[in-house]
Amino acid sequence: MTIDSVPKPVAGASGFIDDRLGAGNFLRRNLRKVFPDHWSFLLGEIALYSFVILLLTGTFLTFWFKPSMGHVVYDGSYEPLKGVLMSEAYASSLHISFEVRGGLLMRQIHHWAALLFIGGMMVHMLRVFFTGAYRKPRELNWIIGVLLLTLALAEGLTGYSLPDDLLSGAGLRITQGVAISLPLVGSYVSFFLFGGEYPGEDVISRFYTLHILLIPGILLALISAHMILMWVQKHTQMPGKGRTNENVVGGPFYPSFMIKAGAYFLFTFGTLAGLGAFAQINPIWLFGPYTPADISAGSQPDFYMGFLEGALRIMPAWEINFLGYTLPLSVIIPALVPMGIIMTGLALYPFLEQWVTGDRREHHIADRPRNNPHRTSIGFAAITFYGILWLLGANDEIAANFHLSLFQITWVGRFAIFLGPALAYMITYRTCLGLQRKDAEVLSHGVESGVIKRLPHGEFIEIHVPPAEDIAAHMRGKEPVPMIAAGPDDGGIPPKDLRNPIGRLRAKMSQAYGGEKIPVEDGHGHDGHDGHELGQGEDHAAVGSGGDNRSISH
Amino acid sequence: MGTGISVNRITARRRHPLARYAVLLLALGLVGGAYTTFVLPQTQSADAAVASGKADDVTEGAKLFAAHCSSCHGLQAQGTENGPTLVGVGAASVDFQVSSGRMPAANPGPQVPRKPPADWVTPDKIRQLSAYVQSLGGGPTVPGKEQVDPALGDPAKGGELFRANCISCHNWVGAGGALTQGKYAPNLNQSTPEQIYEAMITGPQAMPVFNDSTITPEQKRDMIAYIVGVREQTDPGGFGLGRIGPVTEGLVAWIVGLSALALAAIWITAKKRQANHD
Ligand code: HEC
Ligand code: HEC
Ligand code: HEM
Repeated sequence: MTIDSVPKPVAGASGFIDDRLGAGNFLRRNLRKVFPDHWSFLLGEIALYSFVILLLTGTFLTFWFKPSMGHVVYDGSYEPLKGVLMSEAYASSLHISFEVRGGLLMRQIHHWAALLFIGGMMVHMLRVFFTGAYRKPRELNWIIGVLLLTLALAEGLTGYSLPDDLLSGAGLRITQGVAISLPLVGSYVSFFLFGGEYPGEDVISRFYTLHILLIPGILLALISAHMILMWVQKHTQMPGKGRTNENVVGGPFYPSFMIKAGAYFLFTFGTLAGLGAFAQINPIWLFGPYTPADISAGSQPDFYMGFLEGALRIMPAWEINFLGYTLPLSVIIPALVPMGIIMTGLALYPFLEQWVTGDRREHHIADRPRNNPHRTSIGFAAITFYGILWLLGANDEIAANFHLSLFQITWVGRFAIFLGPALAYMITYRTCLGLQRKDAEVLSHGVESGVIKRLPHGEFIEIHVPPAEDIAAHMRGKEPVPMIAAGPDDGGIPPKDLRNPIGRLRAKMSQAYGGEKIPVEDGHGHDGHDGHELGQGEDHAAVGSGGDNRSISH
Repeated sequence: MGTGISVNRITARRRHPLARYAVLLLALGLVGGAYTTFVLPQTQSADAAVASGKADDVTEGAKLFAAHCSSCHGLQAQGTENGPTLVGVGAASVDFQVSSGRMPAANPGPQVPRKPPADWVTPDKIRQLSAYVQSLGGGPTVPGKEQVDPALGDPAKGGELFRANCISCHNWVGAGGALTQGKYAPNLNQSTPEQIYEAMITGPQAMPVFNDSTITPEQKRDMIAYIVGVREQTDPGGFGLGRIGPVTEGLVAWIVGLSALALAAIWITAKKRQANHD
């Protein structure tokens, strides 16, 4: 099927609707919306479909869940808790797990879906980041994404606390610890949140409202906005043959993308159902009911909170005592600083990049990560920062299972959190340049064909052939990273707005961030490669004939 | 007795190439034991033990002790720089340490680990060693069968006590956890009911003692019922993932869930491209 012909079912359906509503044009236009075809573009859908499944399973759970901290004596079928005093919330979660038909499966799917929802968002976001798909005109959608991620963390935290088991209680306790450590307002915030002294009687029902009403509502609204914006602005696409900033190459929404999307929904659902059926998650009956007096070894939050836990665990026990007030830096810093760095950094990045590169053009072609080495390195430094904190959130499990010393891990972590990102930056930067060099080499020297030829004078050479057309086009889609014109004009005077200190800094950063590090065209990213050269004319003719219409002259 | 060494295994061990050395050691032990018994002045309780007809165990135990333990604990269990005094630790402590393979200790380290008991260790030998150490200065004794029978305990009550007293080190299901200075609270998967009881009354290494006034013998039995019951329970939700909570769950979410979906994405889009070529 070609992109231009209207598939029959569409023509029929839209004809029917058109006759009645006059909406045929709208449908015809939208059902044929073109979607590009790259696997990484499906990652966001993991989050979307998980969210749908969260809504469905969550609704199921609300039928039996009782958001109350009233005390009851357990009288269900789980023997080792019989006769134990617990909250109604916990008892009803046990009831869902053991007596409601399919209840445990639903609870487990709900929880696995929560993990994949947030994990899916993270990988999706990384894809967008590394390909520069957040650039104009998509900055707004990027901001929506950052909000979604933040809200999802809150949604996860509130949901995790609902069953009121001992493990979730530990998380709640930390939440309260953070609230109360806020300067000046801390105790008010804590009393407001818990309706009095911790843990009080209110927090579960309050979290319940947040978890099933407020936050999902906002999430739903933001997700819709996200999708509409995406629809209107269209997807970015990877550089390649025939792909320009003005077109989108791929399959039409109907039928090809819809089938793929449908299949992918089923994959997501299948994975979640499989996990829910075969992998136990959050076995609350093993944890026991929450009492503030008990705390278990190995208490951990869900993975998406792990980086905060890690920050808390490596923070030295600093505090400031001033005029009878205590400022517990050991709690405030880990609770607010990493989260602040990551979320603010994410939200501001598109604008910072714009400011540094001075690039205000629209972009619809995605960057290959290697072609913007500084951005990619910043991304990997951030991943390392996050990853180290995340790992250290499990420092006790690591110590216990690999027989390492807890103190040593903590100390290594305290240094690694600063050195790791720097190291990641340098390694990534070098790797990107290396990959660019390789591209340049492939374009100018061709790829190894596996054919060895013996020359008349006895020398062996391997024949290099030009890369396949689409691959070459993919590689040639490279553009230099833009930078501001910072150089002095003819009279030797730098532009006006770059003369103050901030302007000079901006010019410097632009110089470093932008520009072409390894030009593809000069073709000699690697010198001293004589034996590998193609026969003279053959080489360049082959490259030149590759349908190269997107020159990169700047 | 909790070591569960079957007769078959013992016969197999007799044929073990190391058996010769074991015999040699035993002979040495006998000499040492004889020395201890006859030459060294005995404590009163040892005399009492002789009087009460347990003398056999005590003498045999003394010999074993001299052979296997005295290098670190001293010939009279008075302690050396390599090991603490055992006077007053009681039979329960010896039973716990030897049946769980911790003693005789091997390599020095932050904590003596549980390991398969040494070849010569049999329930009888443990009883003899225990009797000997008990004879030195008393101490907590080995619990009776009934005292540790999980079937007689109330797991729900035991669970509450377990959560209140033990999980801060051992985790909710006794999966273990890290302590400071390279020490750790071990998992409780292999501990026999006797060992659980003895661990509570003797407080090995970094573990506190839970004597009968803090936790009554009956409550201890409840806790044993809980620990044993929960660890034998099949996980209703599927694979238990080590029962250590969100850490393994997070790993599974990424390694199984997200990777599977990324592969599916690659597969779906690759499928499409092929169709285009036709
Ligand atoms: C390699 C040296 C070594 C040998 C051999 C050894 N022990 Fe020990 N033992 C130790 C050390 C060290 C400790 C202290 C461990 C600790 O508590 O950290 C200890 C502790 C003990 C305890 C616990 C004491 C208490 O306070 O409860 C008992 C009981 C014990 N040993 C019995 C024995 C017996 C019985 C043998 C012989 C079968 C033996 N040990 C052999 C080194 C040794
Ligand atoms: C302060 C932390 C701590 C607490 C609290 C604690 N333990 Fe322990 N426990 C330990 C340590 C450390 C060991 C390892 C001792 C050794 O290796 O000699 C241990 C060992 C044990 C063992 C032996 C495990 C084996 O390998 O067979 C049992 C059983 C045990 N504990 C049960 C309990 C019970 C029951 C409670 C609650 C009443 C409890 N523990 C409370 C730290 C603790
Ligand atoms: C959108 C993202 C959502 C996330 C990240 C999320 C996350 C979670 C988590 C982690 C739990 C703890 C699960 C467990 O017991 O193991 C939970 C419980 C719960 N969630 Fe959600 N959830 C989401 C949406 C919803 C929605 C939309 C609803 C209802 C309409 C809902 C209803 C519930 C209920 C009732 C519980 C408690 C049930 C129980 O634990 O037995 N959730 N949620």
